[in-house]
Amino acid sequence: MLLLQGIAWIFAPANWASVNSGLGIGGEILSHLFYTVLSVAIAAVVAVPIGLAIGHTGRGRGGAILIGNVVRAFPTLGLLAILLILLGFGLIPTLVVFVLLGIPPLLAGAYAGVESVDRQTVDAARAMGMTEWQILMKVELPLAAPLLLGGLRSSTLQIIATVALVSEFGSDSLGAFIISGAATQDYVEMIGGSILVTVLALLADALLAGAQRLTVPRGVPRGAGGRTTAGGRRILTAPSGAPISEGN
Amino acid sequence: MDWVWTHLDLISSETLAHIGLSVPPIVIGFLVSIPLGYWASRSAVARSVLLTIGNVLYTIPALALVVLVPVVLGLSLLNPGNVVVALTLYAVAIMVRSAADAFASVSADVRQSATALGYSAAQRFFRVELPLAGPVLLAGIRVVSVSTISLVTIGALVGIPSLGSFFTDGFQRAFLLEAAVGFVLVLVLAAVFDVLLTVLGRVLLPWNRGLRPTAAARRVIAQQLPPIGAR
Amino acid sequence: MSIEFRHVSKTFPDGTTAVEDFSLTIPSRETTVLVGSSGCGKTTLLRMINRMVDPSSGSILIDGKDIAEIPPVGLRRSIGYVMQNSGLLPHRTVADNVATVPMLTGVPKRKAREDALALLDRVGLDRALAGRYPSQLSGGQQQRVGVARGLAVDPNILLMDEPFGAVDPIVRDELQQELLRLQGTLGKTVVFVTHDIDEAFLLGNQVVILQRGGRIAQVGTPKEILANPANEFVADFIGAKRGKRRLRIDETGRGEDVLLVDAAGYAAGVLSADDARLVLTGSGPKSRSVSNKTDQAGDA
Repeated sequence: MLLLQGIAWIFAPANWASVNSGLGIGGEILSHLFYTVLSVAIAAVVAVPIGLAIGHTGRGRGGAILIGNVVRAFPTLGLLAILLILLGFGLIPTLVVFVLLGIPPLLAGAYAGVESVDRQTVDAARAMGMTEWQILMKVELPLAAPLLLGGLRSSTLQIIATVALVSEFGSDSLGAFIISGAATQDYVEMIGGSILVTVLALLADALLAGAQRLTVPRGVPRGAGGRTTAGGRRILTAPSGAPISEGN
Repeated sequence: MDWVWTHLDLISSETLAHIGLSVPPIVIGFLVSIPLGYWASRSAVARSVLLTIGNVLYTIPALALVVLVPVVLGLSLLNPGNVVVALTLYAVAIMVRSAADAFASVSADVRQSATALGYSAAQRFFRVELPLAGPVLLAGIRVVSVSTISLVTIGALVGIPSLGSFFTDGFQRAFLLEAAVGFVLVLVLAAVFDVLLTVLGRVLLPWNRGLRPTAAARRVIAQQLPPIGAR
Repeated sequence: MSIEFRHVSKTFPDGTTAVEDFSLTIPSRETTVLVGSSGCGKTTLLRMINRMVDPSSGSILIDGKDIAEIPPVGLRRSIGYVMQNSGLLPHRTVADNVATVPMLTGVPKRKAREDALALLDRVGLDRALAGRYPSQLSGGQQQRVGVARGLAVDPNILLMDEPFGAVDPIVRDELQQELLRLQGTLGKTVVFVTHDIDEAFLLGNQVVILQRGGRIAQVGTPKEILANPANEFVADFIGAKRGKRRLRIDETGRGEDVLLVDAAGYAAGVLSADDARLVLTGSGPKSRSVSNKTDQAGDA
């Protein structure tokens, strides 16, 4: 049974030291995580402030959606190939691609999060004498946090999946086992690599889902994505807010 | 550009292969999602179970799924059918949610008045609920279409030919034009499919023409577009 | 803290004119009610007082000072504001909601919280609710928290935008009485917006009846308006013609007290025996009708 052999392959100590005279499982995991964490962090630094500004002012939303949809229609593999040919192989060009792909979900999470805050709550905050900055930081951001984290979750998963592809172009990631396995018809290695990538993605997803749950402000009914008023009435945006909030 | 003229045969065969791998997941995914989505719109338990399964499936990176699907199903690893099966799973994962939203967007008033008029359950489904869910279903299938066409390229990494082969081959030869041709053709293909689906929608949903997209449809279009490509 | 509108107009960017050449003086330490149907510009007028909306032309003065020269954020912090759906911050406890503005203005957290508890007492809420979240309160309780929050910085001016519009009639009645009691001890300059003429007559020392475009149909005390509707519109709006308020003595009444019926002949109330004698003896047949303003508590 190939699946069991794949699992056995993962638990073979030799494979953790080195596979095919390249990095072993441990090394590829570290490399995969390195790319992922760095890219997500850069993408967040770029996208979150812009997304919050769009959500708060209501300006530029159409542009953000457009950019998001266009970038998301790009075949990732093609984008990687083209940018690496153009910019040359190396850490920076690789990161550029990851960051580019990680931005749209974060952007959407940030502005959708702010937009999901009940306008009456914001209006009341303004009437009380909060400055625009205070409204953003004390009202909109805490209430937007679950959707924002949902964007982070989508972005992270997108980047984890994309990092796996980059081994085709010589960088180290868990995708290396799948691609080199396919080249040498070593099915066991392919399966082992696939299981590892899958487990990594599922773990990251579970971790961020947990974080997302923690950020739902107390006092706000569970099930982020719904528009929430102080009265606890939820205007249903949940079904569609959900892909972001529940993460894909 | 000489390369393009000398390789028209290859380009057309890869394009056809790409279409051949894209159409079945879109069509099957749509057909499978209708009953599942309807079920999910009627039962909260079904909704939660189906959407959770969908989310987990969608969390698995495409490269891994293309390998794991045949292993679980006991198929050969280099069979082009693997891409089709894997992408069908993705299509269902995305489309079930759209379909659930689509059927949920049919107002209870309309449903009840149809029942009161004497429609049987089946008549009500095919003549009232399905058409009214149409616009949101259309928005969902457009998302699936773009996503699937983009994802087919991943197969190139495990030796299943498509326009994605131009990416891997172009990179290995540091030949920008080849990769760019593949890239543009994928986008063109996605655009053509999108136009076809939109036209199909206009023909099948004539009352929807000229109307602004409903809130539900807009949400599906704006937010649900999932990250594509590597997934 | 009197408020003066001078020839104020407001046209929104979409071209609708909410208010046109509106002038009014709102006296200090009394309750002024702006009443009118939806679209009469009453909420716009209210929101101009704390610069949530800036007039297109004209000026608004508070104690003689043009508010256009006061930075909006500071102005808003000095004015209490209570709105229809309470507008409480869903992610903060009741106490923190009440303490929001004092904390913005630099009052130490501890003191702000203590003051908040005292305010809860003041608006008739149990201190045990202080740690709850808004979603855990009833609608009436939320509105009380909203009022407490509006009073938190001890403002001289309190703006109330249909604050009791979304609660059921019994709770609304309680809240109205509570407001009358509060105003009796606090003596704020209250500007209250409503579409309910009964509420306006109950709460207002001065009532301003508005027509479309913020045109004033009549200003006066409830008594003045009821006794002397300025025109058809006012008479219609306050219901004087529809017979709800037009009461007459029912001659068939047999008891000590005298039965009053409305224009349609439905029993509306009684006059106690002493008062009835006055009416019956001291007047001719023409004034044998009485205005239905029995619960005019705010108009002492």
